[in-house]
Amino acid sequence: MNSKLFIGQDDHAPAPRWQQLLRHPLLRPLAALAVLLLIDLLLIPGFFRIEFKNGHLYGSVIDIVNRAAPLMLAALGMTLVIATRGIDISVGAVVAIAGTVAAMLIGGTVVMHNGVPEYASNMPMGWALAAALGVALLCGLWNGLLVAGLGLQPIIATLILMVAGRGLAQLLTDGQIITVYYQPFFFIGGGYLLGLPFSLFIVAAMFVLLAVLMRKTALGLFIQAVGINPVAARLAGIRTAALILFVYIFCGLCAGMAGLMISSNIKSADANNAGLLLELDAILAVTLGGTSLAGGKFSLVGSVIGALIIQALTYTIYSLGVPPEVNMVVKSVVVFLVCLSQSAEFRRLFQSITQR
Amino acid sequence: MPLAVWPSLIKRLYAASLTSVDSPPFLFEFAMSNPASSVAPALELSGIHKAFTGVKALTDVGLRLFPGEVHTLMGQNGAGKSTLIKVLTGVYRPDSGSMLLHGRAIAPSSTQQAQDLGISTVYQEVNLCPNLSVAENIFIGRYPRKWRGAGPIDWQRMQRQAQQLLARLDLHIDVQQPLLVYPLAVQQMVAISRALSVSARVLILDEPTSSLDEAEVQLLFKVLRNLRDEGMAILFVTHFLEQTYAISDRITVLRNGVREGEYAASALSRLELVNKMVGAPANQEAAVSTALQGEQMPAGELFLQARGLGRKGALLPQDFDVHSGEVFGLCGLLGSGRTETARLLFGADKADSGTISIRGKLQRLNNPRDAIRAGIGFCSEDRKKEGAILELSVRDNIILALQARSGLLHVIPRKRQQQIAADYIKWLGIKTPDMETPIGSLSGGNQQKALLGRWLATAPAMLILDEPTRGIDVRAKQEIMDYVVSLCRQGLAILFISSEISEVLRCSDRMLVLRDRQSSGQYRRGELDETSVLQVIAGEAA
Repeated sequence: MNSKLFIGQDDHAPAPRWQQLLRHPLLRPLAALAVLLLIDLLLIPGFFRIEFKNGHLYGSVIDIVNRAAPLMLAALGMTLVIATRGIDISVGAVVAIAGTVAAMLIGGTVVMHNGVPEYASNMPMGWALAAALGVALLCGLWNGLLVAGLGLQPIIATLILMVAGRGLAQLLTDGQIITVYYQPFFFIGGGYLLGLPFSLFIVAAMFVLLAVLMRKTALGLFIQAVGINPVAARLAGIRTAALILFVYIFCGLCAGMAGLMISSNIKSADANNAGLLLELDAILAVTLGGTSLAGGKFSLVGSVIGALIIQALTYTIYSLGVPPEVNMVVKSVVVFLVCLSQSAEFRRLFQSITQR
Repeated sequence: MPLAVWPSLIKRLYAASLTSVDSPPFLFEFAMSNPASSVAPALELSGIHKAFTGVKALTDVGLRLFPGEVHTLMGQNGAGKSTLIKVLTGVYRPDSGSMLLHGRAIAPSSTQQAQDLGISTVYQEVNLCPNLSVAENIFIGRYPRKWRGAGPIDWQRMQRQAQQLLARLDLHIDVQQPLLVYPLAVQQMVAISRALSVSARVLILDEPTSSLDEAEVQLLFKVLRNLRDEGMAILFVTHFLEQTYAISDRITVLRNGVREGEYAASALSRLELVNKMVGAPANQEAAVSTALQGEQMPAGELFLQARGLGRKGALLPQDFDVHSGEVFGLCGLLGSGRTETARLLFGADKADSGTISIRGKLQRLNNPRDAIRAGIGFCSEDRKKEGAILELSVRDNIILALQARSGLLHVIPRKRQQQIAADYIKWLGIKTPDMETPIGSLSGGNQQKALLGRWLATAPAMLILDEPTRGIDVRAKQEIMDYVVSLCRQGLAILFISSEISEVLRCSDRMLVLRDRQSSGQYRRGELDETSVLQVIAGEAA
């Protein structure tokens, strides 16, 4: 009750329109993104230049959005989990598993057929992708059963898969990087449709799917109710356990798709490094987007913006030629500042200092 | 100002007592057998006021606690017991009033400070570390050290001291074992000896018996009697009548934040005690609708039939019926099984014996969904924890149960939601800026009305109202009860629970009186009056 879920809901007296706008929960993440882009505009020549090359759009902005796609997917899944007071730290491991399964099933070789190179996969790609997503879904189911069925604490429950999942992927690959030689697979993470990266269409599809679910079903209401007050939600007749199970399965699925994207993009499955620490970036993206880790109210758009902030930040740091050793520190300082701007406690402190 | 000197003095005394560990710290100075006459109180509170954002929790409350007595603090839910304890232990600062500990003014501002002063508290839930050893639990944070306190932990001394402290409670257990291997009663004792080891002179026990069985309670009481005879001043909080009389020397009764009186236990009959707790007969202020008074409703058709319904530790098997169009009251003190019964009927807890039939058909109510499907609604007694979803809007809160029943996929159209919310806001007179305001920013009474709206929106056949009027102002109380009664007229069955016994008496067509988790009898309207109902509750049936 004390912790406001969204900054800017402090009171409900009718305020002028511009003030209402100022209090909009998405204002802070948008402002953070704008500041980042402004820095890029000033410091990186030609940052906003977009060209049409090789039949698709080409430029820094496109690059950022393309690279942010897996993170956006993971953040969308994570948003729902966090809204139910949960957390899923196995996202990176699921990315590794899904990528590994897909790469192993597809594998692929180049066969010269009458002088024309043809690509052959070990298994039809559709089946391979379905199998990879199925495994990711099972991973989510496992997490969900531990949390909703056994009542384990989410961070512990998903910690199990975080450790075991990557281990499993390494077992499958013998710790080796599995290279994929099947051209159509590369389309998922590296292809272009209508001049735009194909990965963006996947993210957009997931986002639209979620938005429709929120509007056309009571999912959003139920998730918020469970996140704010699980006891009251159960007494009001909501199937809290089923709902929690669902969000973990969904999160697993999102991580699986992110895994396909990543392994498609690097044309291989790297069980050791694929999606490493992606869960932390996803949690960060959700937080930056204004969704409270205490659960309850959430913002899907906010999480997408959060993911863009993180990717834009990474891009900026690299482009400015900051040495890679300093990269993490710079990133953490920026994130710290953004989080600070969202802390109600800090704002109170800040106000009391400035008003003196 | 002696106030500042006092804690450090205590600390010095305590340090001195530690160096000669083998004799218990300066308890015996106060050992007296008869507190009533010439002895000064160990702890004396007077004129304590405490209010929370305008709601008075304590008004001019006094309390005297003498060395060598067990003093029981009694009162209904919301009487101010826990607030008073929190003032005593430094969790709350009183708005005004004085606290004297052995004649010196104190003003503890934290539990740590209260403990340093010699006021130790043992809480309802044992507040220890189950995976540490018994000895570690007793001395946690204050491990005895070698080399005059500068060296490593002196484990041997710690164990020896722990054994001695427990021996004082007549408890001889292996102090090296982790705490969790021992039953709850022993853990409770360990908590007590930890409280004692910090040179406590006042020991507060906040409902220590609620999770103990009969034998364990006896063990605890034996220890308390020993401590009392050593001169400890013990404040005991409970809601069990039997236990109160088994252990207390004196009783202080609180009601609505006011001290009703201080009595010698031997001079106060159970009936008088219950009377003091629930208030004198005919409590005008708590007046609710008199629409039903004196009028026997014609019994509607049988709606719900419970046979042998029970749950271990909550309710002994009960038989009762609830008819459509009647108010069925559950009457009894806190902890008598009122709420437990309601939770079983709503599927919030699973019954482990007995059956429930609804409209003559056997029903399994394994969770609230089942109950809601069967046409039951449940306004919980704990509005904040079990009712309102505080950050959601009034509209969302009102349509929540209806939406949950129609299911995830069949979303109620926005227009219809607004219609429903607007209707209940109007009919129930909910005061809110608009329906999109978070329910948490409404007053308690208006939140309660919105929650009533949530259940009415599901068009239930039976509505369980557990303390629907607790903590809300008289006007809202009246409005809620009037509305409920008018619904009952239209054929709704109502299961009504309230601590205000006169309220139950006035509203109920029939009622079940509960005492210590079992039935004391079922009565029709007019069979009990304000006096005889208290006799039934107190177990002194006429």
